[in-house]
Amino acid sequence: MTAINDVTEVTGSQKRSRWGSRLDRREGRTAFFFLLPGLIGMVLFLVVPIIASVVLSFTNWKLLGTPQFVGISNYVRLFTADPQFWPVLRNTLFFTAEYLVLNIVISLGLAVWISSLKMGQRWFRVVFFLPTFTPGIAVAIVWMLIFAPGGFFDFIMRSLSVAMPSMLTDQTLAMQAIIIVSLWAGVGYNTVLFNAALDMVPQSYLEAARIDGANAWQRFWKIRLPLISPTLFFGTVMTAITSLQVFDQIYVMTRGGPGNATATLGYAIYQRGFQNFQMGYASTIAWVMFAMIMALTAVQFWLQRKWVHYDN
Amino acid sequence: MASVTIRNAVKAYGSMQVLHGVSVAARDGEFVVLVGPSGCGKSTLLRMIAGLESITDGEIDIGGRVVNELEPKERDIAMVFQSYALYPHMTVRDNMAFSLKLSRKSKQEIENEVRRAAEILALEPLLDRYPRQLSGGQRQRVAMGRAIVRHPAVFLFDEPLSNLDAKLRVQMRGEIKALHSRLKATMIYVTHDQMEAMTMADRIVVMRAGKIEQIGSPLEIYDHPANSFVGGFIGSPSMNFVDGTVVEEGGRLVLRDVSGTLWPLGDKARAYIGRQVQIGVRPEHIRVVEGGIAASVLNIEPTGSETHLQVEVNGQPIVVVVHDRLAAEVGASIGIEADPDRVTLFDQQTGTRLS
Repeated sequence: MTAINDVTEVTGSQKRSRWGSRLDRREGRTAFFFLLPGLIGMVLFLVVPIIASVVLSFTNWKLLGTPQFVGISNYVRLFTADPQFWPVLRNTLFFTAEYLVLNIVISLGLAVWISSLKMGQRWFRVVFFLPTFTPGIAVAIVWMLIFAPGGFFDFIMRSLSVAMPSMLTDQTLAMQAIIIVSLWAGVGYNTVLFNAALDMVPQSYLEAARIDGANAWQRFWKIRLPLISPTLFFGTVMTAITSLQVFDQIYVMTRGGPGNATATLGYAIYQRGFQNFQMGYASTIAWVMFAMIMALTAVQFWLQRKWVHYDN
Repeated sequence: MASVTIRNAVKAYGSMQVLHGVSVAARDGEFVVLVGPSGCGKSTLLRMIAGLESITDGEIDIGGRVVNELEPKERDIAMVFQSYALYPHMTVRDNMAFSLKLSRKSKQEIENEVRRAAEILALEPLLDRYPRQLSGGQRQRVAMGRAIVRHPAVFLFDEPLSNLDAKLRVQMRGEIKALHSRLKATMIYVTHDQMEAMTMADRIVVMRAGKIEQIGSPLEIYDHPANSFVGGFIGSPSMNFVDGTVVEEGGRLVLRDVSGTLWPLGDKARAYIGRQVQIGVRPEHIRVVEGGIAASVLNIEPTGSETHLQVEVNGQPIVVVVHDRLAAEVGASIGIEADPDRVTLFDQQTGTRLS
């Protein structure tokens, strides 16, 4: 009797599971059709170009004509024969390092300052955020006019009797001009981000710290900063990624010059791809840039264990 | 150890005054509880003592020193917050050591102090944990530990038990009381829970709408409330209030309420014959008796040790606490009788106690 029962139960559960899997399949099909519009877009505009660029980086495609497979020779050329690659890489890393540090320090400073205001916090948030939704090209054009030889900046310097070369034509100062423009455009986003995080720190922690004897600096350094560290980390990672990809300002203001003083990886990709029509080689540089971004992000994630505090 | 004296403390936010000239003193080593309904200004007063809120007018004196202009760290106080405010990125040890590190104590000294506090509060096994890894009660103890390590002259508690469940609250109540006995420090404790106030305080300060209604020992306040607000606020279930006129009927002093029900009064009511008053009767001073004032039972709440009866006397809701098991059912008619000598008379207009 028990055996019969067992058999019945097994058959029943098999039926149920077969019925269940049929239901799952049907639901899966429906879900697939619902997802299709988004999926097509993603495949066409994300997956295919990514795969294509990987493939292209192993070819010598010149925009016109048929691409020919050249193995890893593009990569070999990039690291061993291209005289411009290392200066470009150095420029990119220099820009990233200086811009990242200045961006984080300035935006954090502004965020702290805004959160200390008794009035006008919203107004200042909007003011500092404005450049974020101003088109980068427009920003770069305006700043180019300011920094151009004989432009507004030179006029101010002359008025102050400061003798200095024109920013955009000087080998050293040109990169500083790019950094100034990038900071002007990019600081607002992190300012608003950090300001929101600072405002989220419960007042009771700061009050407890005051009673514990912490002065304003200690409260910032030992309480507020650790408590906003997840946001600080997010801001740092995102800023590092975008700064490694810098292009707009350089394209408009210096075209990588003077010489190649401001040529970065992003600009080099454009130059090789759309000026020299070396699409295969440009793809190679793009993938090297991607690898660098991944590596830097991975390092940041590894380092976060030392300074980022999550409260969960 | 130090006494805390508050003289005419006023707090205003712009044109809105929330504390209207409060004066109260906590003696050295005393456990004073500030109690009152939400918005009465008790937490504001505590925060003014702590230095977290500025003092609009008046003086706060800690240990003979006016501290109005002093920073919290200079006031020699420690505070336990309602939310505990334990730094989430620090371990229990670091939370407790934070103030000592800031005051540049030696490593050995810090370790000794943390150990001592951890021993008092049974926190030793938890020293390397983060606040998120602790239960509510453990966090509460760490918050107290953070206060203890500093040896402050005054401990301030801002509704520290309100985030705990009922059972833990009772346990922590005992622990705080034991801590007070052990440290013999001055403690000022804010709560809206009159039970906490009654069980913990040496003296209770009852506040309402930015003013002090009464200061006294728990039983003094319970037995002799200064006004009907204090009478109603202190005690659970609340005091019963009935409005009426004091009259003499057949040689007996009674209160005739609006429905004509006669509530027997004690001799002390004689001075108020003919006057409209409000009487206050504690639920436990009313008995269920045959032939008493007719009441119908609205609800029965047995708590085990006692039974709370909600009854209605001619439309007037009355709560009765009886210690015996009661056979009555909802809707049943019973007779009740208030102990005339335990009835308190209040002025009907001002609420001030008359007898």
